[in-house]
Amino acid sequence: MSARDLLDSIEPHFTKGGKLEKYYGLYEMVDTFIYTPADVTRGTTHVRDGIDLKRTMTFVVIATFFCIMMAFYNTGYQANLAIEAMGLEKVDNWRSIPMMIFGYSPMNPISCFVHGALYFLPIYIVTLAVGGVWEVLFATVRGHEVNEGFLVSSMLYTLIMPPDMPLWQVALGISFGIVIGKEVFGGTGKNFLNPALTGRAFLYFAYPASISGDSVWVAVDGFTKATPLGLAATGGLDAVHEAGFGWFQSFFGFIPGCLGETSTVAIFIGAAFLLYTRVASYRIMAGVFIGMVLMSSVFNFIGSETNPMFAMPWYWHLVVGGFAFGMVYMATDPVSAAMTDTGRWLFGGLIGVMTVLIRVVNPAFPEGIMLAILFSNMFAPLIDYFVIQANIRRRVKRHA
Amino acid sequence: MEAYISLFIKAVFIENLALSFFLGMCTFIAVSKKVSTAIGLGTAVMIVQTITVPANNFVYHSLLKEDALSWLGITGVDLSFLALLSCIGMIAALVQILEMILDKFFPALYHALGIFLPLITVNCAILAGSLFMIERDYNFGESVTYGIGSGFGWALAITVMAGTREKLKYSDIPKGLQGLGITFITAGLMSLGFMAFSGIQL
Repeated sequence: MSARDLLDSIEPHFTKGGKLEKYYGLYEMVDTFIYTPADVTRGTTHVRDGIDLKRTMTFVVIATFFCIMMAFYNTGYQANLAIEAMGLEKVDNWRSIPMMIFGYSPMNPISCFVHGALYFLPIYIVTLAVGGVWEVLFATVRGHEVNEGFLVSSMLYTLIMPPDMPLWQVALGISFGIVIGKEVFGGTGKNFLNPALTGRAFLYFAYPASISGDSVWVAVDGFTKATPLGLAATGGLDAVHEAGFGWFQSFFGFIPGCLGETSTVAIFIGAAFLLYTRVASYRIMAGVFIGMVLMSSVFNFIGSETNPMFAMPWYWHLVVGGFAFGMVYMATDPVSAAMTDTGRWLFGGLIGVMTVLIRVVNPAFPEGIMLAILFSNMFAPLIDYFVIQANIRRRVKRHA
Repeated sequence: MEAYISLFIKAVFIENLALSFFLGMCTFIAVSKKVSTAIGLGTAVMIVQTITVPANNFVYHSLLKEDALSWLGITGVDLSFLALLSCIGMIAALVQILEMILDKFFPALYHALGIFLPLITVNCAILAGSLFMIERDYNFGESVTYGIGSGFGWALAITVMAGTREKLKYSDIPKGLQGLGITFITAGLMSLGFMAFSGIQL
């Protein structure tokens, strides 16, 4: 008996009149996750296209593959380096049991990979479980579908967590992101802020001690190592070089930071995939990039005696912190970004400009991309509004 | 000059009246359904703010402040306890005059604003602008800058809010949250975005 037959045989229980009618959302989730739905459009308009919401969302998850691999490797690598530097025998938590087999040498890729996975997976599992409960709860009560947008949100949310985030805070953050950021507006496609970033911003302001500062970016307890961006915020590029971070090291991602944001190379591979499949808008990505280059050049030009961040060139802005990750995966979220083509350029540009502005001018936050994207999400509908008004005016003039 | 630019940016973004202080919420929520109306109201608030803050500044510095009456030869009199009353009176009078002018010269805007122009009289953002001005002891030039800046910040906030609410027309909001509820949540999330500016020292 194949899975199809099994699903077909239990379907009557979930359709209207069946005794499990309330849980149709759950049935539908399993069914469409395994099989392509057979539904066709019933109205007079008919769109024939192989791409649907599910495909789009799955592509984004696939695009994060290299980021996940780098998250595994780099998290473990940084942790093993820290253990070596502190002269410890082993980590003093449950991870020491599986790690007995692999040892803690930073030169041993398998050890790094497994050690990183032991930090990544608990966060991801908690995110999936807690977020999934909310998602299914809302789907069941409100009668909409559980869809793959949640897989994307939970993966992106995990990738922007610091490696040693307390799991209860992870659960709280994803709850806020899913419920307040998305479900109160009616679920995927109806929200106006990026849910993963909403959850992270909530944690950022509610529990700043576990998501900012110098001691959270390497998974080992009691080990302090600032990110290159954190160093640059206080001492400029000199401090970054002094701490031994090179540009290529930052580009390839062997630096402390959030789980998936460190490797610009891995992110760019994902970006190439997203652009090739045309899931993400190249206009937004280019807009963010151009905005960032322009704004950092302006700051370079102005210069400052007291603030070393003014002198940071654009190619450093690109590789440190979460800029690349935000540009490729967060800004391009089709729901919360601008919808018009011209609007997308402006929306992206606003993100780039705001990111550099916050990084350079605001001493309260070393990183700016998260708040810059949330800020621009707010402005996206307004940007669209003005673009559309301009189009209307132009047409009226043309046909006058 | 640089000090004035700093003050302007501070008033618009860092200390945004609507999204950092949550002032003027009644009109902020009631009139933010359409972008065009929101722009109208925002402009009205900006104009009122630009007029009332300097006007109150003038009255405060020439009549109410300690020893302010010395130009009349009266010293040792401190009427600053009347500041609250005089601010309210000034705002009410100026809005009334503005309303008449709009009715006469810009009837379209007057009709678009309808009941909301008189409401500006009791808009706490307007009163707060004047009271902040007194508390922070701005001089006349600063009060003009602060008036324009805080009014512009409020106008920006309500326009963004209206844009978002026009988008949210297509969302599927649970019954209990429709209308006011979701608007409050939206305003809260928007102020989360405006947190980007908190902490900037100018």
